[in-house]
This record gives sequence, C-alpha cells and structure tokens, in this order.
Amino acid sequence: MRSYSSSLSLRQRNNLIGLALIAPSLIIIFGIVLQPILSTLYLSFFDATLGVTSTNIFVGLGNYIDLLGDKVFWVTIQRTIYFTFVSVGLELVLGLAIAQLIHTHPPGWRFLRTSLIIPWAVPTIVNGTMWRWIYNADYGALNALLMQLGLIDKYIPWLIYPKTAMNLVILADIWHSVPFIALILQAALATLPVEMEEAAAVDGANAWQRFWHVRLPLLRSAILVALVIRTVEAFRVFDIIYVITAGGPAYGTVTISYLTYLETFSFGHIGRGSALSFLISLITLLLAFIFIRILYKPGDRQ
Amino acid sequence: MSSNSSSARKPRLKYFGYLLLVILVLVFIYLPVAWLIISSISTRAELLNVPINWIPRNPTFHNYINILMPGGDTSGAALTFRITLRNSLIVSTSVTLISLLVGSLAAYALVRIRFHFNEIFMIGLIATRMIPEISLVIPLYILASRVHILNTPFVLIATYLCFSLPFAIWLMAAFFETIPLELEDAALIDGCSRLRILFQIIIPISTPGLISTALFVFLLAWDEFFFALIFTSTVAAKTVPVAIAEFTGRYVVDVTGMMTGGVLAAIPPVVLALLFQRYIVSGLTAGAVKG
Repeated sequence: MRSYSSSLSLRQRNNLIGLALIAPSLIIIFGIVLQPILSTLYLSFFDATLGVTSTNIFVGLGNYIDLLGDKVFWVTIQRTIYFTFVSVGLELVLGLAIAQLIHTHPPGWRFLRTSLIIPWAVPTIVNGTMWRWIYNADYGALNALLMQLGLIDKYIPWLIYPKTAMNLVILADIWHSVPFIALILQAALATLPVEMEEAAAVDGANAWQRFWHVRLPLLRSAILVALVIRTVEAFRVFDIIYVITAGGPAYGTVTISYLTYLETFSFGHIGRGSALSFLISLITLLLAFIFIRILYKPGDRQ
Repeated sequence: MSSNSSSARKPRLKYFGYLLLVILVLVFIYLPVAWLIISSISTRAELLNVPINWIPRNPTFHNYINILMPGGDTSGAALTFRITLRNSLIVSTSVTLISLLVGSLAAYALVRIRFHFNEIFMIGLIATRMIPEISLVIPLYILASRVHILNTPFVLIATYLCFSLPFAIWLMAAFFETIPLELEDAALIDGCSRLRILFQIIIPISTPGLISTALFVFLLAWDEFFFALIFTSTVAAKTVPVAIAEFTGRYVVDVTGMMTGGVLAAIPPVVLALLFQRYIVSGLTAGAVKG
C-alpha cells in the first residue's frame, strides 16, 4: 500500500475525490431535474395562468382536490392504464415469442435479429407519421390492403372511432417496441445454461413444462427489466398520440401526459397542469421504487 | 454441437413452421417501412390514387431533391427541413459528448471509490430516470425564457441532459464495473491520480462500452420530441421530429414531404444502429434502455 504524506485519512481522501468527480453531474442534475421538479410541486399549489405570473393565487391542495373529483381525470387514468396494460402485455408476449423463435435458430434467424433493430431505431415521430398515413381513411394502405384481401367492402375511417383509434395507436407502439423486448430477451436467452433444460428433458418434462418451469424463471430478471422500463414509458406516452390522433377523436385517445399538455399549453392552466404532472411523477416514481426493490441489489450489480 | 443425425431427423413440418413464423415477423417489420419508402418516391398524384398503386409507375427522387435542395414549389415545412436536420445533428452530438465526458467521471467514482452518498446517488439516478419530461417542462420553460435561450440549440442541449446524463452514468457504471480491479491497483500503488487512471486505463479499455453508451444517448437525443416541441418554435433551433410533426399542417397535409422527411430522419439512427449492432446488443444486456 502507499504512504500518505497528507494529513487526510484514506476515507477522507476518497470522500473528497468521489465528491469532486460527481460534482459536475450533481450540479447539472440539481439544476435541470431536482430544482424544476420542486418548482413544479410549488406551482401546483397555485391557481396560475400561463404568461400571467403576477396573479398567482395560493390554493393549497385545491388543484389536487379538483383533479381527484374530476371525472375527466379518472377516465383519462383509466385510458392510460388500458394503453399501458394492453400494449406492454402484448409486447411482452410477442417479444418473448420472437426471442424464443430466434433462439431455436430457424433459417434466417440472423437476418431476423438484425431486422429487429430497424423498428426500434426508427424515431418515434417517424413511426407515428408512418402509421398515421397507413391508417388514412381515404388513401391509406390499411384500407387498400383489407379491401384487396376482401376483408372489407368499403374504406373505413379508422381514426374517427375512439376505441379503434386507441387500439391502432397501440398497434403502432407494438411495432416500435416489440423488437426492443425481443432483443433484450434473446440476448438473455443466449446466456442461459442449457444443462438444466437438458436435465429436465431427461427427467421427462415436455417442451411446455421445460419452458414454464425452467426457462421462464431463469429469464425472470431480463423480463422484469423490459417490463418495468416499458411500463413506465407506456404510462407517460405522448409523442405517438400527438402525431397519430392528437388526442382525438373527441378526446378519445387523451392519456394522462396528453391531458397535462392540454391543460398547461392549450388552456394555460399552469397550476392544474403542474398538479397533474406531479401526480404522473409520483406514479412513475412508485414504479421506480418497485424497479429498485426488484432489480437493485447493492453489491451484485452486473 | 448437435450431431448430424439429430438435425436430419428434425421433422420437416417443424422446419417449415419456424420458417413461416420468421417470414411472418419479417413481413410485419418490413411492410410499414416499405410503404414509407414507396410513398417517399411516389408523386403526390399517384399517392392520392384509388385504388392504390403498390408499386409507383414513375418512381421519382423529386421529393428528396425538393427537401434537400428546396426550390420555389416547396411547402413551408419542407423548405426548412434541411436546417432542422442540422439542428438535430448539433443538439444530439453535443448532448452525447457532454453526457459522456461529465458522466464518465461520475460513473467511475460511483463504482470505484467508496465515499458517502455513493448509494444514495445511485438510487437517485434511477429515480431521476423515472421523472417524465412533462413534470420538468414548466419550470424549465420559465427559466429558459428568463435567460433568453428559448429557440436556441442551447436550451435543448441543456435540458436533454436531464435524461441523457443519468442514463449515461448508469450505463457506463455498468461497463466500468466489469473491468478487473488489478489493473488500477498497480497504477494506484505507482502513485497515479484517479483522473489519470480514468483517462489512461479505464476509458481506453472500456471503448466498446463507451461506444455503446454514445450510441444510445445519441439515439435518445435524436428521438426526443416533447422538449423540442415546447422550447423551439422557430427554425433557429427546431429539430427533425418537430419538423416532421409540422408536415401535418392545419389545412393541407404534405404527404410526400412527410414521408420523405420521415425516411431522412430515420436514416441516421437506423444506419448507426445497424452498423454498431453488437454494441446495441451489449448495451441492452448491460441494462440499457431506449424504449
């Protein structure tokens, strides 16, 4: 070990160096995350309007009480949960299926694996505009295809029905996100030991039992990573809705982030918007807490 | 390796079943992309034709020329598209460089130096990644307008750090942790400073991890839409995603412009991701996260 000419102990030195190295990051994160989120919390206690900062009126928990008593808020939450649950659920099932498919090394599996990168890398906004054009009522490819296959006998204005519009947004999200989950899971599958499944096969377990009792438990942590990341993301979905439906028809695809956007920037209700966005943070932080509890084990991060 | 006899006995039905599934997934992946590209090389008149022409009769690069070398008949959004491409490039590259530089210091400290707050900072990082942009946007908007940086690339570079920096630290920490301690111990005994160790030992060894981190951060920044939508309203700082969203004008939709812009916006991230495929996979395995 080395000798210390300074009077500082190793522990003190480490504290100093450690703090010095994280200081730049700490300052940036404080300035653009911590300070703003606290400001948002502060603003949420006021009846404030965009642009008119002088007339803020302190209302305490008024904004929150209003929101929790507002039917629109609950319908929006319900809709957001529907989007999150259906899209993440389908993405997980399809992603796992594709990962399994690649893992059996069928003909063309390398090409398939490479191809998965494309939808994942296409920017969200491009993904949204692409599907919006496909769903177009008068000239869209979806209508043309279904018509030529004889599945419909006249063009359907897909995006004027709220339920259909929501499900089509989910389809676009699936196209973008299934590859992400499939790539994570197939990378995890590739590292699994084959011995256990072979042993199970020798013991007479059929393919389904081997998958359910041996492989799936081994994939648990990879599935959890994908699941939590996607859930948090889906819950705050905004971009894809902005381009495909703009919240329509008749506010039928307005999710909680979109509602916050409308409250704040269309109606100018900063106080109410802040309360909403703080609630989103609380919910996502709750998910983060689950994330940490399940995935972060001090000492064995790898 | 499985023996030849077992692969020969593999039922043909199963083989074709798998092949069929592969084709099915490939069709689902490529069909929308194909239509995007076909639309970008069609004329407007042909696109608005019913019944549809799946294959354009007169494929044209006119739409690309229109956007990349705008002339008189170019629509408003297409006219400024080139500039937004440049803005996106400036913002994404700056965010990547700053995140890597600042983040590598913190990542190294977090995995190698035992100090107070070490754990708290790590947990704080995960928590930070969970805070949605929308919860930060109002105070950031007020702050940015006070220091007069709205509608400049600076406001995007500064605010994008709120998601890119914690992400970069997290990912680099995961990569740094895989480096054997012995390498640094020798240098520490020789009296090297921590900074020298970081820049002369750790960073050169973890180049693959850094490439992977840089890729993810760049793609995240290139993809970002919400802050750009709120903080930029002039061509001075508008980014590509905002430009594409604007092709959907109030009265007319410039479909060919929108599709061509979409292809151009997708080319940089898709090409990068395909070129550096194995870095993407290693990043995803290290717990990376671009949705």
